[in-house]
Amino acid sequence: MHKTIKQQILISGVGGQGVLFITGLLAEAAINKGLPVFTSETHGMAQRGGTVVSHLKVGNFSSPLIRPFKADGLLVLKDENMAQHGSFLKTGGWAVINSENDLKVEKKIAASAIDADQLAQKISNPKSANLIVLGFALGRAGDRRNLFCSLTDIKKVLRKKFGRHKKMLDASLLALQTGYKASRKKAAQMVV
Amino acid sequence: MSKSKRRLLLGNEAIARGLIESGCSIATSYPGTPASEILAAVAYFQKEASLSMHTQWAVNEKVAFEIAYAGCQTGLRAAVSMKQVGLNVASDPLMSAAYMGVKGGFVLISADDPGPHSSQTEQDSRLMAMFAKIPVLDPDSPRQAKDLIAVAYKISESFKTPVMVRPTTRVCHSRQDITLGSIPKNKREVKFEKNPARWAATPKFRLQLHKELEEKLSAIADYRPTAPKKLNPKAKSTKAIIASGVAAAHTKDILKELKIRSKMPFYQVIQPFPLHRKFIAHIIDTYEEVLVIEETMGVIEMQLADRYRVKGKLSNTVPKVGELSPEKIEEIVSNFAGLKSEALSIKSAPGRRPTLCPGCPHRASFFAIKKAAPRAIYTSDIGCYTLGLNLGAVDTVLCMGAAISQASGFYHAYKNEEKRPDIVATIGDSTFFHAGVPALIDAVVQKVGFVLVILDNRTTAMTGNQPTPATGHGACGEPTDTVDIESLVQGCGVKFIREGNPYELEKFIPLVKEAVKYSRKRGPAVIISRYPCVIHRARQGGSGETIPVDINEKCDGCGYCIKHFECPALIYHDDKEAKHVSIDPILCTSCGVCLNVCPKGAIVAKE
Repeated sequence: MHKTIKQQILISGVGGQGVLFITGLLAEAAINKGLPVFTSETHGMAQRGGTVVSHLKVGNFSSPLIRPFKADGLLVLKDENMAQHGSFLKTGGWAVINSENDLKVEKKIAASAIDADQLAQKISNPKSANLIVLGFALGRAGDRRNLFCSLTDIKKVLRKKFGRHKKMLDASLLALQTGYKASRKKAAQMVV
Repeated sequence: MSKSKRRLLLGNEAIARGLIESGCSIATSYPGTPASEILAAVAYFQKEASLSMHTQWAVNEKVAFEIAYAGCQTGLRAAVSMKQVGLNVASDPLMSAAYMGVKGGFVLISADDPGPHSSQTEQDSRLMAMFAKIPVLDPDSPRQAKDLIAVAYKISESFKTPVMVRPTTRVCHSRQDITLGSIPKNKREVKFEKNPARWAATPKFRLQLHKELEEKLSAIADYRPTAPKKLNPKAKSTKAIIASGVAAAHTKDILKELKIRSKMPFYQVIQPFPLHRKFIAHIIDTYEEVLVIEETMGVIEMQLADRYRVKGKLSNTVPKVGELSPEKIEEIVSNFAGLKSEALSIKSAPGRRPTLCPGCPHRASFFAIKKAAPRAIYTSDIGCYTLGLNLGAVDTVLCMGAAISQASGFYHAYKNEEKRPDIVATIGDSTFFHAGVPALIDAVVQKVGFVLVILDNRTTAMTGNQPTPATGHGACGEPTDTVDIESLVQGCGVKFIREGNPYELEKFIPLVKEAVKYSRKRGPAVIISRYPCVIHRARQGGSGETIPVDINEKCDGCGYCIKHFECPALIYHDDKEAKHVSIDPILCTSCGVCLNVCPKGAIVAKE
């Protein structure tokens, strides 16, 4: 079954939000499942508060980059980035967007919004919005088999990563779980 | 951890792993995006496997090159890594080393940045290899980059020549699952054999060495392991596509998707220079039309000597400027294959511009400089502080160290004018060590009236907080001796040297004013603006005294703080009834510097 998996996911945000961190978690999850994985990242000048985007490709690919209108999924940590990266999504793809506002998405995509910044404040971990968005996506896309990995897979990666730092592990798991729970609570996925 | 396990490695980590698995015993570098992580990863693998090797950050790329090169002269395997513009700095030893050749294997890694994402130029290091007359390998992925390091050492030792490996940003900063190999256990003998005719050759012998070099290149052009590969041996057509590097990786996927992989002959070039002799003959003999896709210049293309049949950058079939994105390649390949191009490009929306971090001491320095010398010419340099552009406190950025020499140039240009502008140069601590010192000596000798503010944040911040000569530890975290910036400036002959804390604006602004006044009559004045980088401090788990701030009712939304201080933690609200500024509690580091910024006194310490 794994042999046929081919997924391209774009993760977009700004410097300091932890785009590379959640990209790494997804990539590690792919490795644990024995899937080939390729990611492409932004470093250097652009990391200083500028737009940061990473491309995650799971399955057999030679190129590290996703072409416009080819992404299966989109994780957007800053809603303003939709203008820049929204059109990477293919028709029928899914998007999870960190936003306090209602969504204005032009194309027909399965898009869900979550106010991860507010939830992050609520759990007293203001920098954990990235994990909340990921948890939310795992609930929305993961449980519908639109994502190659599940909540359990990511938890496993976090446990391995922070095994010795109990405090960090607990905080990360809580953020992930908070996002996941939110995906259960919210009304059915809206199609814009 | 079992060694056969797959690990997710960054391209630069894969390169480092390749060096370690090839038994490299001397690795040097100067940080620069996209090459910075290579040496840090060498240090990581070195510690992980408890290897006794020498791994160091050097003061600049030229010094890094020369240290590693001497290592190979003793018979050890050595490597130096840098970004493409760093190679400009190291070009002097490169040209000469190509003539002298090597004893132990010597690999030069020069990382290019098509785009450019984080560089001054889109120059092609492969052309530098051609210029220096050394072979160059062009990997398409982290995995291939690791494999090619081993090949590079083999070529280097078989033909006694330095070998360049040229990754691009998309190789350096991609991550891929990679199977680790083993690390050789046997140690090499360190033995420098004196041979002045070769290692200290005079021009007469250089002519002989040049002849030998041409013979080496000619033999390498027949070296089979690096010959171009036809990736679809059965495909037949009057047309063919040749690609190298990441462009080859994109093309592989695109040919598959366009369903022409079985029809369109496709060759991947691993060694763009010297291009294999038999390959050139085969291509010219076999095909009527050939498309060459490569970054960033037409290095392969120019060696295929048939202007009528070869399409590429020289024929304007492939853009000469910018990164070759997969969508661009899809369009080029479709057109070449006579297919209707379905490649869709997206209009580029402006992203967020990079900015100095909240709490960055550079912001405070720039604010003070603008207050103290509002009409000055501001020369600056390469580093995070280039972002002083956003505050209007940076007028020029040329290359490493040029802040100081350009300040001299502006001074001399205006020397005979009645009205002479003040000149304030800014340079980071690491950049000052790298290339600023000779320029400062020159400014002292010429009595250049300017202020130099050395932004000493105790680290090489932009590239990921590598140590500087003042830091006191090396690449592996080992303690090192230090060079004190103040003594160095004094040693250059500067008479006015002051140190200040930019966080204390009320003292720092008068200090800059004093320096400006001094510089008008008496020559160079240097201020060392000393405060540690916020990111570096956070990573080390430390934080200084914090002063939480708030905005009171005096804020009338004039926007002064947004324009002149530009801290990401200051948020402007363009509400129709009440324009105002607020503090973002997530971003604010409570540095307290903005307390001195608002002209209305609306930014206050939290009760």
